Amino acid sequence: MSSNLNKVLVQTEDFSVPEEYALIADDNSDGAVVTFVGKVRDFNDGSVVTDLTLEHYPGMTEAVLNQIAVEARERWPLNNVTIIHRVGTMALGEQIVFIGVTSAHRKAAFAACEFLIDFLKTKAPFWKLEAGESGKSWVEAKDADEQAAKMWDK
Amino acid sequence: MINVLFFAQVRELLGESGLQVEATDEVNSAETLRAALAAKDEKWGRVLASDKLLVAVNQTISSWDTPVQDGDEVAFFPPVTGG
Repeated sequence: MSSNLNKVLVQTEDFSVPEEYALIADDNSDGAVVTFVGKVRDFNDGSVVTDLTLEHYPGMTEAVLNQIAVEARERWPLNNVTIIHRVGTMALGEQIVFIGVTSAHRKAAFAACEFLIDFLKTKAPFWKLEAGESGKSWVEAKDADEQAAKMWDK
Repeated sequence: MINVLFFAQVRELLGESGLQVEATDEVNSAETLRAALAAKDEKWGRVLASDKLLVAVNQTISSWDTPVQDGDEVAFFPPVTGG
């Protein structure tokens, strides 16, 4: 079975990594499955973080995520691609984002997974509002993320 | 009318999530729309003057010289920080 599917979801609910893995990993033509999970971490730029709220631009977000999945397919021979990003308020340790990619070989799957998260971080209209000991503050975009995405232009 | 939207820090600082603006001969691009909104008062001028401000025309990140007209959706927001 060769399904060649992009699945893109923006949701408030948590996701199950085992369930998402099972959904993309059931094709025997794929020799490689690479997944990435981004989580809420307890510090950012030296400040303590207690929770995180994700805002997005409904409509544009889904369009951009679908577009970067299409771009990944143009670069590597991929079978299944899943991108799930949560919005709303999340506590420490909660999952924020899931990327899952399958391919015949590992190099394509690893590269596509990294490309997808690098592009998601710099292109998809999500914004993080962090709550910490001194109140709430919007997370600043990082040059390092921009540089990571630019690496793929070469 | 142009459907104008604000997100994240821009929305919070302006205290508005969006508004309708009529396209005219003077307000006909992302930049001239930004300038017209920035002229509203000192606060709007400051928030919309940010050199890091991004604009999306019809849900695509666009350059400031992109034409806009009635019926378009134009969103202003800070650099994105998802993932």
